[in-house]
Amino acid sequence: MTKVSMTVNGKAVSGEVEGRTLLSSFLREGLGLTGTHVGCDTSQCGACVVHVDGKPVKSCTVFAADVAGASVRTIEGMANPDGSLSVIQQAFQDHHGLQCGFCTPGMVMSTAALLAENPKPTEAEVRHYLDGNICRCTGYHNIVKAVMAASGQDVSALAAE
Amino acid sequence: MPKDHGIGASSKRREDVRFLTGRGVYTDDMALHGQTYAVFVRSTVAHGRIKSIKTANAAGMPGVLAVFTGEDFKDVGGNPAGWLINSRDGTPMREPKRPVLAYSKVRHVGDAYAAVVAETYAQARDAAEQLAADSEIEELPAIIDMKAAVADPSNRVHDEIPDNLCFDWGWIEDNRAAVDAAMKAAPHVVTLELVNNRLVPNAMEPRASIGEYNPGTGDYKLTTTSQNPHLTRLLVAAFVLGIPENKLQVVAPDVGGGFGSKIYHYGEEALVLAAAKKLGRPVRWTAERSESFLTDAHGRDHVTKIELGCTKDGQILAIRTETLANVGAYLSNFSTATPTFLHGTLMAGPYKVPHVYVNVKTVFTNTAPVDAYRGAGRPEATYSLERVIDKMCRELNLDPFEVRRKNLLTPDQFPYTTPVGLVYDTGNYQATLDRVMAMADVAGFEKRAAESKKRGKLRGMGLSTWIEACGIAPSHLVGVLGSRVGLYDAATVRVNATGNISVMTGAHSHGQGHETVFAQIVAEKLGIPESSVEIVHGDTAKIPFGMGSYGSRSLAVCGTAMAKAVDKIIAKGKKIAAHMLEASEGDITFENGKFQVAGTDKAKTFGEIAFSAYVPHNYPLETLEPGLEETAFYDPANFTYPAGAYICEVEVDEGTGKVDVVAFHCADDFGNVMNPMIVEGQVHGGVGQGIGQALCEFTAYDETGQLLTGSYMDYPMPRAEDVPFYNVDYSCQTPCTHNPLGVKGCGEAGAIGSPPAVVNAVIDALHRGGHTHVTHIDMPVSPSRVWSAING
Repeated sequence: MTKVSMTVNGKAVSGEVEGRTLLSSFLREGLGLTGTHVGCDTSQCGACVVHVDGKPVKSCTVFAADVAGASVRTIEGMANPDGSLSVIQQAFQDHHGLQCGFCTPGMVMSTAALLAENPKPTEAEVRHYLDGNICRCTGYHNIVKAVMAASGQDVSALAAE
Repeated sequence: MPKDHGIGASSKRREDVRFLTGRGVYTDDMALHGQTYAVFVRSTVAHGRIKSIKTANAAGMPGVLAVFTGEDFKDVGGNPAGWLINSRDGTPMREPKRPVLAYSKVRHVGDAYAAVVAETYAQARDAAEQLAADSEIEELPAIIDMKAAVADPSNRVHDEIPDNLCFDWGWIEDNRAAVDAAMKAAPHVVTLELVNNRLVPNAMEPRASIGEYNPGTGDYKLTTTSQNPHLTRLLVAAFVLGIPENKLQVVAPDVGGGFGSKIYHYGEEALVLAAAKKLGRPVRWTAERSESFLTDAHGRDHVTKIELGCTKDGQILAIRTETLANVGAYLSNFSTATPTFLHGTLMAGPYKVPHVYVNVKTVFTNTAPVDAYRGAGRPEATYSLERVIDKMCRELNLDPFEVRRKNLLTPDQFPYTTPVGLVYDTGNYQATLDRVMAMADVAGFEKRAAESKKRGKLRGMGLSTWIEACGIAPSHLVGVLGSRVGLYDAATVRVNATGNISVMTGAHSHGQGHETVFAQIVAEKLGIPESSVEIVHGDTAKIPFGMGSYGSRSLAVCGTAMAKAVDKIIAKGKKIAAHMLEASEGDITFENGKFQVAGTDKAKTFGEIAFSAYVPHNYPLETLEPGLEETAFYDPANFTYPAGAYICEVEVDEGTGKVDVVAFHCADDFGNVMNPMIVEGQVHGGVGQGIGQALCEFTAYDETGQLLTGSYMDYPMPRAEDVPFYNVDYSCQTPCTHNPLGVKGCGEAGAIGSPPAVVNAVIDALHRGGHTHVTHIDMPVSPSRVWSAING
């Protein structure tokens, strides 16, 4: 067992981990941050996306020990400081960008990463960026819409309502 | 001005806040004091005889608390099939026992034959690997191909079933000769052989279960990923483990999608309960995605020959189908209903067809069990029908729109009794066809095709006019058809003393948004704010005995039960109001949340009546019980029949065979719509899955029964880039005539109507490109298949 320390959602945390402990396991089981979901075992589904030092990573494919000292942000750290939904979260609710909610944390984290590097993505850019996040419920329509709305674009003309 | 609350409003989903902030609670999110971990030992061969399992090594490993094998559960019940189907000759189906853990034989890759429980997941997994190494399993030849399974009686999935046949079903058998005669007399007969590809449901949350047992009370608790906690309780308690139902609580908390795969009871649920009792500690199990691929009930997997007899101008005279339906290694709970009564009864489609006969042979193979997946039987029927009609149009050089119009039932023909046993109550199929043609700008297609051609692409347009029977189901009818359960539902509406409301519903929401929509309906009926209504679901200790959510039944059946319970509340409220207002009950009206003496300004608010019911100081106690809580059970009089018309446009790259869906238009008739935003979302999701089936999803077993597509690296799930924005419309509304909300159900529509529209569009594109030798391509219409068809 090794002791790791890192910052998660702005708070200093530490815990004992094995070398094989994944970041997703450390967050879920070690810290009780169960908003980060594990939907597959091949780094494909993207439900486990978190930010490490501002970059999106699939936390099921990162060892907890490898991100010692890093700043990690999870879905639990995405709301506004007063607890209200952030712009991205609000856009997902406004545009019905989620159904069962299981892929949602990863979608929100990937969206935040996309908009940080490309503040006004086109539809094609959104679809391309979300290639690593699988949703089985929405057919992606309202997710793409929510992402574009979160970027401040007018989505009222996108397909028929 | 659209409504901003109540029925018909696009109320935002209240459940979203917890999901968007990481505060949803799914089964695997729960941490329990003293919890232990179960890991299953699964067969690596498709078919094998278990020679020996040496448990001693595994049992002695660090942290291991218990080891189970199939022998430990030999004497408890099997997981039953929910429907008993008889063969054409009247003999009942073959129903082999489906044990908690396999014993004597393993029958598919992934079939669990042992389990280990340990202090940590890693310890359990290490010991499970040891146990696998200490198991001797003699591999037998695998039975994978359905035709071979039936043809070779020497090799059997179940030793007691000689021809691997579960049943040979004819619908309707008495009509067979008449259908044969009509087919023979038809001026033209179109024949099409097709495969409805096997799919893996892939709800994003893998299955998970936690068993608990309290030795002090003898109470069990199962927390599990279920679409129907009461049904699961009935199966695991009464049928499998023999636990009295009153000693088992089943909780289905937040569930991350189901699509059918979480209707069924699975052996893992029984194992964690039995292990929890043995250890006196919670036992948890969460599937890895690889386990989900191997063991979740798969969908579809039909091989069908369909024949259509018609006149030269496209009037359909007769339809006849022969289908081999793969049921996998064991009968999952709905597996015998899916290829029969959810499929054969839809084979007339939305058309006036005098003669229809359906034959289905259901076959055991050494593959994962196959059962209902979004649409369940109805997509298979729709696909066969819409593809063969498309082929008819090409053979006879007819316009597919005109042919549909010629054959569709007309609004004056309802109620309409089909030749396959259903009574369609209402519909307007011309309206949805007209609507979708306008939405898709059919007239402008040639211009778009020319533009595509400039970019080197072949553009095609495909149509599908579909119908389904859902709102499952009238118990009297399904009883006749072989169901072993009733399919009513139930709701309890509890008005609390201060006037707010808790609704306990038998429906289970795993993405559908019931917490929002059901509250809209109650709020509308009672004239109170939606925020005053809480929807409680997913816990057998809290909710009445309802059958859960599948078959687009939540609103039509469970929602109707809830509406009826609200009506009882209003009726009782009128009695209370009559007393308080010193009027006769018949003079009390209830509108906008007020009980009023008709024609006067004397009134009591809903809140005042609720308070009076719980503080009955001025109350007719001699004739009326205090309290304001009502339960209603509702058994529908008929199925509901949503229908619609879909148009898909594709572009095909001749050089690579790649197909892009460039436009998708849906005109649906769901009857009355409670929340348009959610209805649209349901259609989007269904169409997304349908495009997935049509273009990319493929479940491949090799000849030895190894699942070649056992992960997201090999099984192509549709991604955001694979689908377009969908153009969805639900303005054609013929309300259901037999439920008070007038609703029909929208959950499965997209997955039913879309696959044939996509494939018809691909064939259209190829024909327009001069590849007229291509009459059919099986799904998934992958680049290699399209390229081969063009060049073959």
